[in-house]
Amino acid sequence: MVKRIVVGAHYGLRDWLAQRVTAVIMAVYLFFFAIALVTQPALDYASWKALFASQWMRLATLLFLLALNYHAWIGVRDIFMDYIQPTGIRLTAQIVVILALLACSIWSAQILWSA
Amino acid sequence: MRFTIYRYDPDRDEKPYMQDYDVPLEPTDKMLLDALVRVKTHDDTLAFRRSCREGVCGSDAININGKNGLACVTKVADLKEPVVLRPLPGLPIIRDLIVDMTQFFAQYHSVKPYLINDEPPPETERLQSPEDRAELEGLYECILCACCSTSCPSFWWNPDKFVGPAGLLQAYRFIADSRDQATSERLDNLEDPYRLFRCHSIMNCVDVCPKSLNPTRAIGKIKDLMVKRMV
Repeated sequence: MVKRIVVGAHYGLRDWLAQRVTAVIMAVYLFFFAIALVTQPALDYASWKALFASQWMRLATLLFLLALNYHAWIGVRDIFMDYIQPTGIRLTAQIVVILALLACSIWSAQILWSA
Repeated sequence: MRFTIYRYDPDRDEKPYMQDYDVPLEPTDKMLLDALVRVKTHDDTLAFRRSCREGVCGSDAININGKNGLACVTKVADLKEPVVLRPLPGLPIIRDLIVDMTQFFAQYHSVKPYLINDEPPPETERLQSPEDRAELEGLYECILCACCSTSCPSFWWNPDKFVGPAGLLQAYRFIADSRDQATSERLDNLEDPYRLFRCHSIMNCVDVCPKSLNPTRAIGKIKDLMVKRMV
């Protein structure tokens, strides 16, 4: 392959925007989650279970975790782009991170609806 | 006044070293550039760039006590001793405080820093309204000293792919110009994970700019325009 510096992948805006949107989603969720925690009569297993019993809470939490994982993917890829130069190693590392985050997402959904 | 200055002559030195100087200054040596010229009268092997000596040409950008700046507009009285002087970080060293700015200017050229307008030029100038002209404030003043780009970690890691704050400020300078007709092409040229989106708004560029310009704000406006174009 020729040694040439190639740029012009024509993406980046979507990810940059998604990083901001997911950050807002996380901030809003954490704000309401903090309120929900503070207004609990007692912080024990029973109230924790009751809090996550409603479908709304589960959905909101899943949304938060998906936003977290997407946000993490964009950030981690940015780090790889700066510090891992060989294309093969970078692609491998990216695939590992995607699979790990996907597994986390599926697992968190399973945990949320398991009880 | 005490100085610790980065020395490296690739023809003679195996590796760079820091050299200490203790040079008495004259009362007229008000700026760091005056002091550097004074040091050079004691040791004429010391190499650095300078030209206008009044913050207009951008030649004498160096790393002063850990922060990039222009020697000619940095007051000696404000500096902590020993004054540690290094070349701008991240660029190849030619000798002592002189760096090779090829990559920096390659990025500058890549944004087509000139007016693109296909209409035949009018008999006089292309007029702008005062409001349109006001859009260029804080953009056209850049002197391309490279203080900002060489203080940017994203530019250190990817100087061949990331345009850098100086180049992006100039890219926006022409996007913002009411007489320019190539906004869409300019945005296409920058829509890239490396060329524009290596910027993570850490604002080192704003911190060091000797002309008090704000590349981060210009980069934000480029991103805003891209969002406006997309959604």
